[in-house]
Parts: sequence; C-alpha cells; structure tokens
Amino acid sequence: MISVRSADFDVAQLYAALREEADNAGGIACFTGLVREFYEPEHRGSEPAVKSLFLEHYPGMTEKALADIVAEAEQRWDVLASQVVHRVGELHAGDQIVFVGVASTHRGDAFAAAEFIMDYLKTRAPFWKKQQAGDTSEWIESRASDEQARARWEKTT
Amino acid sequence: MVKIQYFASLRETLGAQNEELALPEQVGSVEQLARHLSQSRAGEWAVLEDPSRVLVAVNQTIVERSHPLQGSEEIAFFPPMTGG
Repeated sequence: MISVRSADFDVAQLYAALREEADNAGGIACFTGLVREFYEPEHRGSEPAVKSLFLEHYPGMTEKALADIVAEAEQRWDVLASQVVHRVGELHAGDQIVFVGVASTHRGDAFAAAEFIMDYLKTRAPFWKKQQAGDTSEWIESRASDEQARARWEKTT
Repeated sequence: MVKIQYFASLRETLGAQNEELALPEQVGSVEQLARHLSQSRAGEWAVLEDPSRVLVAVNQTIVERSHPLQGSEEIAFFPPMTGG
C-alpha cells in the first residue's frame, strides 16, 4: 500500500498489515524517517534549531512515482508485501515523516528492497522540504550524497 | 494547450504556480520550451535552461530535456527533490 497524507502513522499497525498480507514471510524490514532538529552540520551552532518543516509535493505524480519505485523493487527482489507512507504539510522536530516496510521470504531481499525504495524515494519522488527556524524559512537543498545513494542501485549491464 | 506547473523554490523564485500555454510552432521539445520561456520572459526564468537545477516531468513522469512535446501535455518544472 502507498499513502501520501498529512496525518501521522502507527508503525505497529503498518507492521501488522505487512504480517497479515505476506503469506509465509521469513522477515520484515521496516524503516521510519524522522524530522531532525538541526540545520545541516555546517550551519550547526550558528543558526537556531529547526522547529518545523513544510513538505510540499506534486499531487498525482507523487503517488505515481512511489508506485513506480515499488514496482521496480518488486521486479528486482522477492517482495511479498510492502507499505510506503510519506507525510506532507507542516511537521515538527521529532515527528515521523516516512515509513517503508518490506516483507520477504529472506532478510537479504527485505533489507535491500526497503533501502532501494528509500534511496529512490528521496531523489525521484516529488517532495520538497522547507525548513523554518525562528522567523526565517528556506528550502532545503538536495544533497549529492542522496543522488549517489540512488545511483549505486543502477544496473551496470 | 499545455498545462505548466511550478513547484517549491522554483514556484517562489518565478512567482508562478500554474498556467496554460499554446505552444509556439518552433517549440517541439522540453528543451525548446525551457528556452522559449527563458528568452521570452528573461530575468529569473533563465534558470529553466539549467538541467542541474531544474527537473522536468511530462504527464507526471520525469523526462530528459530532449523529450518531445505534442502540445497537450501536463508539464512540471521543479528543483531536485528533497523528500524522505
């Protein structure tokens, strides 16, 4: 299941759904992303802590992009069930922002597929973060390390 | 008519959210549309021609700059994504 929404999510419920949907799974890998409290390291100490984050997205394309990413993961690994949830709108430090869970027959495929989905989600799904600290707000710049993390999954053949 | 949308920092920089546009005759690709908007509007719009700063989706799929346009697509310009 794929869900893009402003409401928070319950990891226990998502995990239970994966257990129920995946018949005879050998393992479930779950990742939860949280809103961090600080600016990027180079700014730390010189700027006020980030208190809130606004998540903009491209309704319609977001769901399509996530479905494409999950479909690709299903082609490459043994995925018995998956859950992807991404929140949008205003979020605060410490809030849950994203969940990716994958059930598979073996742990290797569950870990790999979940990491693949996260790496693609960060660079190929149309979400943008704007951070607010004090009276100022600014759009977060994309990071080369995120693109490198995605690129390592590209097939070399 | 094509429907064009702008997102995030690009939307704020350009002061444009969405618009409908009849493609001029010489515009047959994403690259040509970006050049047309950049040259006809000048100023901040030049950023559209920089593929490292602005990505493009046609009908909700990310495409290369060489992607052809027929004239009835949903087109979106946006900065590199920062979700997750």
